[in-house]
Amino acid sequence: MSATIDNAAAAPLTAPVDKAPPSLLRRLPQSRVAMVGLGLIIFWVALATLAPLLPLDPPNKQDLMALADPRPSARHWLGTDFKGRDILSRLIWGARTVLSVAPLAALAAYLVGCPLGLAAGYYGGKVDTIISRISDIILSFPIIILYVILIANIGPSALNIVLAVVLTAAPGIARIVRGLTLEQRHLDYIAAAQLRRESALYIMFIELLPNCRGPLITDFCLRVGYTIITIGILGFLGLGLPPPDPDWGTMVKEGTAMISVRPHMSLFPSIAIVSLILGFNLLADGVRELSLRD
Amino acid sequence: MSAPPAPDGLLVLDHVKVEYVSSVGAVTAIPDLSITIRAGESYGLVGESGCGKSTLLMAIMGYLGPTGRIANGRIVFDGADVSAADPASLARIRGRGCSIVYQDPNAALNPTLTIGKQLIEVPMLHEGVDAKTARAKARQILTDVHLPDPDAVLDRYPHQLSGGQKQRVVIAMALLANPKLLLLDEPTTGLDVTVEAAVLDLVNELREKYGTTLLYISHNLGVIAKVCDRVGVMYLGDLVEEAPVHELFANPRHPYTRRLLACVPRLDTDKHTTTFLPIPGQPPSLAGRPRGCSFGPRCAGFDAPRCGVAPIPEEPAGPGHGVRCVRWRELDQFEKTDAEHVAPATPGVEQVMRSADLSKVYDLGNAFMGFGSSRQLIANEDLSFQANKGEILAIVGESGSGKSTFARILAGLQDASAGKLMVLGDDLSRMPAHKRTLEQLAAVQMVFQNPDATLNPSHTAGFSIGRALKKFGIAQSRKDLDARVKELFGMVRLSPHLARQRPGRLSGGQKQRVAIARAFAGDPKLLVADEPVSALDVSVQAAIVNLLLQIQARNGATIVFISHDLALVRHLADRVVVMYLGRVMEMGPVSSIFSPPYHPYTEALLAAVPVPDPTVKQKHLRLEGEPPSPINVPLGCRFAARCPRKLGPVCDETPPPEQAAPDGHMIACHIPVAVLARVTPIFQRVQTPAGAANPS
Repeated sequence: MSATIDNAAAAPLTAPVDKAPPSLLRRLPQSRVAMVGLGLIIFWVALATLAPLLPLDPPNKQDLMALADPRPSARHWLGTDFKGRDILSRLIWGARTVLSVAPLAALAAYLVGCPLGLAAGYYGGKVDTIISRISDIILSFPIIILYVILIANIGPSALNIVLAVVLTAAPGIARIVRGLTLEQRHLDYIAAAQLRRESALYIMFIELLPNCRGPLITDFCLRVGYTIITIGILGFLGLGLPPPDPDWGTMVKEGTAMISVRPHMSLFPSIAIVSLILGFNLLADGVRELSLRD
Repeated sequence: MSAPPAPDGLLVLDHVKVEYVSSVGAVTAIPDLSITIRAGESYGLVGESGCGKSTLLMAIMGYLGPTGRIANGRIVFDGADVSAADPASLARIRGRGCSIVYQDPNAALNPTLTIGKQLIEVPMLHEGVDAKTARAKARQILTDVHLPDPDAVLDRYPHQLSGGQKQRVVIAMALLANPKLLLLDEPTTGLDVTVEAAVLDLVNELREKYGTTLLYISHNLGVIAKVCDRVGVMYLGDLVEEAPVHELFANPRHPYTRRLLACVPRLDTDKHTTTFLPIPGQPPSLAGRPRGCSFGPRCAGFDAPRCGVAPIPEEPAGPGHGVRCVRWRELDQFEKTDAEHVAPATPGVEQVMRSADLSKVYDLGNAFMGFGSSRQLIANEDLSFQANKGEILAIVGESGSGKSTFARILAGLQDASAGKLMVLGDDLSRMPAHKRTLEQLAAVQMVFQNPDATLNPSHTAGFSIGRALKKFGIAQSRKDLDARVKELFGMVRLSPHLARQRPGRLSGGQKQRVAIARAFAGDPKLLVADEPVSALDVSVQAAIVNLLLQIQARNGATIVFISHDLALVRHLADRVVVMYLGRVMEMGPVSSIFSPPYHPYTEALLAAVPVPDPTVKQKHLRLEGEPPSPINVPLGCRFAARCPRKLGPVCDETPPPEQAAPDGHMIACHIPVAVLARVTPIFQRVQTPAGAANPS
């Protein structure tokens, strides 16, 4: 094959193609919403990481002097709780739990939900029916009741919270992944992979899953937010992490007993929960907005 | 047509400049464009994708959106400056003055309203008439666009109409406003060729009846040749050439127009005599507009001091013929009129593929919860044909003819319901890909239609080729793989560094080249190409077709080429199978298909092909209706319901005999071959005033 044919193609096509948009992560600064969200998350991550280095009281130390007047003061910036423990310290130490349990639980839910969704979408037929119907059953339960039943039976611990989140979130994730898989299943690149006899696992995880990443990144951020709400609710219902270690939801609940006289005891933990969830939701909004922009 | 341009046209674009503003600055889509369209004329704008034809249309309609703006010049419609009009007067101009027909009728009609509701709105809004008068008008217009039973159509919803009927409704809706100017944006692109021909007839007829001025936008030179008086050729936002239609096709003067015409498959040449002359390189992005002549970087006659400095002025090259090229008088000095020709592969006698009574039936399940009879969709029935080594077997037919189903069975993406499919001695009819051996898989590979879906967007272009090489055991080590990928990229004439790019950064033509390289990774004996070029621009299509022919000449693979484009099939096929509703209507060597005796269906197909040459006269022959649903197929001849030469009940009741004609030519029809042979050929060349020989 030489210059015999057409001078058009004789020179290799070094195309003046338009530059592809840079990856989502690198474009993140373009979205102000995402940056605000990211700022809130980084704020809490930094505090949680640095907790041992900060000049704080130990979270479980009782300051008997403060019991008389638990209101915010120079000694205790956010005041103390009904046992005289420093709320700021408990919030920061509590952030460590929330920030490790929530993303971990969401990740675990993804590890279960993605393969189920891929299998349902790729195989279709009976596999799809079975997976989809079981998902529907789980999703039709009021989630809070499901949590309460679960945690009340298997006992409150970080691991059990993760398990509860996996059970309730995985069907939703599977449904998203299934939809994204169905969109792609009949595309030609999947056919091309079948024509070189790639295994089903290979097609699902190497050919299909990477193309689901856009919507999944958004969903992951939202889901971490939901999980934080869940952990908060479980704490509030008395099913949170076992005392005495600090847990935001538990702190809100403990404060409610004195909410009319000492509102700060519930208010500050509530603000902490709101700010962190807001952070993840804003980040999710920003990411979605950016992914729609191209 | 030969009258000098009137100074005041119905639509005057006067040095229009259109920009798109983004965060990085303004990008010029149309730098400086002037067109005058006179009342009553039909003006065609042609150009490949990205040349700015749609932008121009949006500018005329005042729909440029928040990012687009007319930065300079004026658009004067019927004496009023549209570019400066406020929204209220714009609405008036749009409603009464000019209507638009878009490419996709599904997007133009509201699926939740009946056709009647949507049509009645138009006169009620623009003329203020009452509902009853409006309905009468709507009914009249539906009759004018030849929709059968207009009263019933008025009460239907869009989804109850076929694609061609919907497009007729959209044209009717556009005409209801009594526009002076009708803008048509690729109105037939999504339609089958027989339906397209009927819609084009309609456009011509309505133009004569209402005297509407047309601005017809298309990428298809054949369509333009059929409906337009004057043609403008656009490239990168510039009007590079403008001439009366006969003059443009007979004496194109701009290098781009000439190359474009040399890329179009013609019915009087084939691969043995002609090689397409693709245009080198690719159009630059709008931001990278070259200085001087926009076509300069891709032009063989580019002379930097003359072409690459200032914008090129329009020069008269004949009556009504303008060209933006400073060297148009010296074309023969730099232009190759003939591509160096490569002998195509010679078909051998060794049989590679043979199908025998191959059928594919889809069971659609029971009609309703087990009540009623179950329905079957017959996609393929009793397909029996063969392909030899080094041969190109083309399968043509309109949508629903089952040609893609056959391709997928052959490649192993589906299995057949009955019959045999012998490939290199093995029966593959019920062996989908996962049951085939690696050798069988490597021997039959496929090139797909849609360049945007053929490569996984998450992986690099070289990735899937590497996987194929590994799977087929051709290369294992990283070094071997890279070397082989590089070699394959060389074979499809892509620079090897593109192997590391993701598909998002490749053009359609490049993606299709990668797909061809992937198909050839395992050195296939049989390549199934399912409409591999139908989504590409004509110049890119020409390059890909050349490439396929070259590769075939080198490795002698057999190609089963699925297409709806008869002109392209005429160019490259050795043998042709014509399918209709899952059955073979006619097959034989390519020359026998394109000359009498014809199967009545083939005859109608050929009469409908848009020929990019106004000097070729086609016999007028149109089919009624559209292909029926493959779910309830007729008992006898599949084509009987639409056949213009139907004999009588025998056609409805008895399957037609497969009559043999000379040269292995087969026609499945009740009409004897001797009678079929008595028709005149479809294509006849007529002499025209401009009638010089076409340079390509």
